[in-house]
Amino acid sequence: MLSYTLRRLAFAVPTVLVISLIVFLMLDMAPGDPTASLPLTIPLEVREQIRISLGLGEPVLVRYFKWLQMTLVTEPLHVLAGLTGWDIAPDGPRILSWQTRSPVGDIIVQRVPQTLWVVGLGYLFGILIAVPIGVISAYRQYSWFDQVGTFVSMVGFSVPTFFTGVVFILVFSVWLGWLPSMYDTTHVVRDWSSFVFQVKQIAMPVAVLALFNASQISRFMRASMLDNLNQDYVRTARAKGLGEQTVVLLHVLRNSMIPVVTVIAIGIPTVFTGAIITEQIFRVNGLGDALIRAIYVSDWPMVQTITFIFAILIVLFNLIADVLYGILDPRIRYD
Amino acid sequence: MKTKIALLGTAAAIVLAPASAMAERERGSSGHLNIIYWQAVSTMNSYLSGGTKEMNAASVVWEPLARFDDQGELVAWLAEEIPTLENGGVSEDLTTITWVLKEGLLWSDGTDVTAEDVVFTYEYCTHPEGGCSYRDRYAGIESVEAVDDRTILITFEDATPNPYIPFVGAGAPVIQQAQFQDCMGARAPECTDENFAPIGTGPYMVENFRPNDVIEFVMNPNYRVPTQPYFETITWAGGGDATGAARAVFQTGEMDYAWNLQLAPEVIEQMEGGGMGTLLVDFGPLMERIEINFTDPSPDLPEGERATRMHPHPILSDIRVREALSLAIDRELLTEIGYGPTGRPACNFIVAPPAMVSPNNDDCLVPDKDRANALLEEAGWEMGSDGIRVKDGERLELLFQTSTNAVRQDFQAIIQQDWRDIGVDTRLRNIDAGVFFGSDPGSPDTYLKFYADVQMYASLFEGTDPTPHLEQRRCGREPQPSTQWQGQNINRYCNEEYDALWAELNREPDPERRQELVIALNDMFVQDFAHLPLVARGRVSAAANTVGGIVMNVWDSEHWNQAEWYRIEE
Repeated sequence: MLSYTLRRLAFAVPTVLVISLIVFLMLDMAPGDPTASLPLTIPLEVREQIRISLGLGEPVLVRYFKWLQMTLVTEPLHVLAGLTGWDIAPDGPRILSWQTRSPVGDIIVQRVPQTLWVVGLGYLFGILIAVPIGVISAYRQYSWFDQVGTFVSMVGFSVPTFFTGVVFILVFSVWLGWLPSMYDTTHVVRDWSSFVFQVKQIAMPVAVLALFNASQISRFMRASMLDNLNQDYVRTARAKGLGEQTVVLLHVLRNSMIPVVTVIAIGIPTVFTGAIITEQIFRVNGLGDALIRAIYVSDWPMVQTITFIFAILIVLFNLIADVLYGILDPRIRYD
Repeated sequence: MKTKIALLGTAAAIVLAPASAMAERERGSSGHLNIIYWQAVSTMNSYLSGGTKEMNAASVVWEPLARFDDQGELVAWLAEEIPTLENGGVSEDLTTITWVLKEGLLWSDGTDVTAEDVVFTYEYCTHPEGGCSYRDRYAGIESVEAVDDRTILITFEDATPNPYIPFVGAGAPVIQQAQFQDCMGARAPECTDENFAPIGTGPYMVENFRPNDVIEFVMNPNYRVPTQPYFETITWAGGGDATGAARAVFQTGEMDYAWNLQLAPEVIEQMEGGGMGTLLVDFGPLMERIEINFTDPSPDLPEGERATRMHPHPILSDIRVREALSLAIDRELLTEIGYGPTGRPACNFIVAPPAMVSPNNDDCLVPDKDRANALLEEAGWEMGSDGIRVKDGERLELLFQTSTNAVRQDFQAIIQQDWRDIGVDTRLRNIDAGVFFGSDPGSPDTYLKFYADVQMYASLFEGTDPTPHLEQRRCGREPQPSTQWQGQNINRYCNEEYDALWAELNREPDPERRQELVIALNDMFVQDFAHLPLVARGRVSAAANTVGGIVMNVWDSEHWNQAEWYRIEE
């Protein structure tokens, strides 16, 4: 198992490097111009000056290696130094976002907590809701609970978050006035009442995302349970006189969780990528919001770095999912 | 000039507020203000950004020597008075201007503002490696000198009839030398701390800045007006979208001021029904137009000759065709559909300030398809069997491009139909704004290359003087291969009479004669149907009914009088 894991890790390194090159080159060739979003009153000569000051004058490969070095070494060290207070931050240039002219690493550090809170909780609640629904739906297939569950998850899955989000805002913010429609990123939890406010402002985006995630995962859970419920080992277990609870929750659930855990693990990077649309509707200033705004104004250093981080996360969690798979199901270990 | 739609709440409050109450208002007495910019502010250093949002945010911290009020009139700000020919501040030969700072000015850190800071600002923005966005404000200057602690002498290279550009308006504020002296040139972007928390003379100081997210402002204890600012703190939030920002002001009341609400008219109307805020609209020089290509954009031409003056446009060089295209368009309808109360149909090249607007072209408001048809017949374009006109075997077919934007695509569809009615077939194309408005000479899709027959976008000019804007349409100023496709004579217009008249305007110091010349140039350009004005677009913001003192300003930052905003007590 260990050698398998190590082998996979070794393979992951060239994969990530190839991805970094592709990401960099694709964005570099993209036809956007960072000065395009400036007002037309700024003369073209001045725009040219701005482009030169952004470092667009150098050859592409030089810029790629500089960027790679800064992404993999300089920025992580700066971030670590900022978090721990150690004096390990190297001197020299950092990756500067074109729109803010400030280091990309600092902006990402500012954005991650919001994303983890909102999107992470949305994912967590989604799983907590989905698993019991999936289990009960499968166990009582075609019962009214299953029908309702199927309907709700179909709705949750097919209605986009930009619609549910706005409906939530209309109902809870505009009509009832219970919850704020905008996320206050400067809010600090100090005492009970500020904690209540934090719960209030986080409630709607988390609910929207939880609904969306739950509908997906509950379908997987149900399908996987159904596959297992008809297996011979279940009949054997029942024939041995085991209680229904033991049969379902110990034998069937454990086996059914194997594919679901994989799905959940592979889905974790999406927590970091943030839910771009949900973040925008509720004005949650997370990573997804940073990414989409950088794309709008052709801020390539920002887009390149965030995309690359996502790529690393996706490769990493795919690896984790594979390893988990082997741990959960000894039959499919690769060694 | 001011069009404030449904500004009843604020207006009533201003009228009703008794004079004594105004006098009693104290510094910081209004508490907290919430502002939302759905396009979040990226940096506090407006010299490094060039965006309007950054300029607005910086304008509550950094201030210029003089700025424009809501009527477009110059007001002395950090300067004691506006230098003129009469008071001797501007030399007789128009080559120098002398500004004198107000007495006792302090930076927010308590140090003195001196003439050296002003000189430094000039050096900072004109540094050859700096990439300063407002560099053109300091163009044509020979030197900026500090005569004494409070006196600044600017010497221009030539006689300059309008010397009120450097250090005037929100785009050219004075920055502190002590803070920025190590941030010159290529080092400018590395000074993150300085760029995110500049020290200024304005009513507020940055307490906390998170790029593209939020700014927290606190009062500047050294602000020169002892009773101001009225709001103690400001949270300047960013992010979300325009709809969400409008909702937060009109319907939920979470925000007090929302900037740049470019929304569909029906959405605005519905939101206003929330009753908690009012829409602020004012019209400046921003105008949506169709540019007509005077050169042939045909892909059959070799690269380097395509869309250059070497090949005149085969169809659009005929003024009768251009006039017919203009006559077919229903500008009132376009305005109503696309902008509602935030737009006005336009018939002129120069749509503001009011004194400079020509009264001679208003007949464009009434579409006349019969006359358009007659003109096309006269020009030799015969109606074909499929309803599209033909001449010498060529169909009357145009490629119409613009940036990707819901309103622009609506406009394209409506105009396509209007033109079809007069036998013109239009192919539509829309290009991502980041590409279309880019200036990469390698891209074939920029508005500068203009590889299409007609294109639509909006343009404007800074300040109240349209001279540089009119200058753009001179012969030789068009984008062309020899200039790396840089230049703002987008439609490749070339008219000797126009050039001669512009030269006269550029020499003329007398304001009244200047007005006449601007109108004459405008009429020449418009009556040549060199471009088709469509809609004058307003600046649109929204304010909560509980905030008073807001004076919408299209000539400067919307926050030009931020110190005077206050909370209306119930």
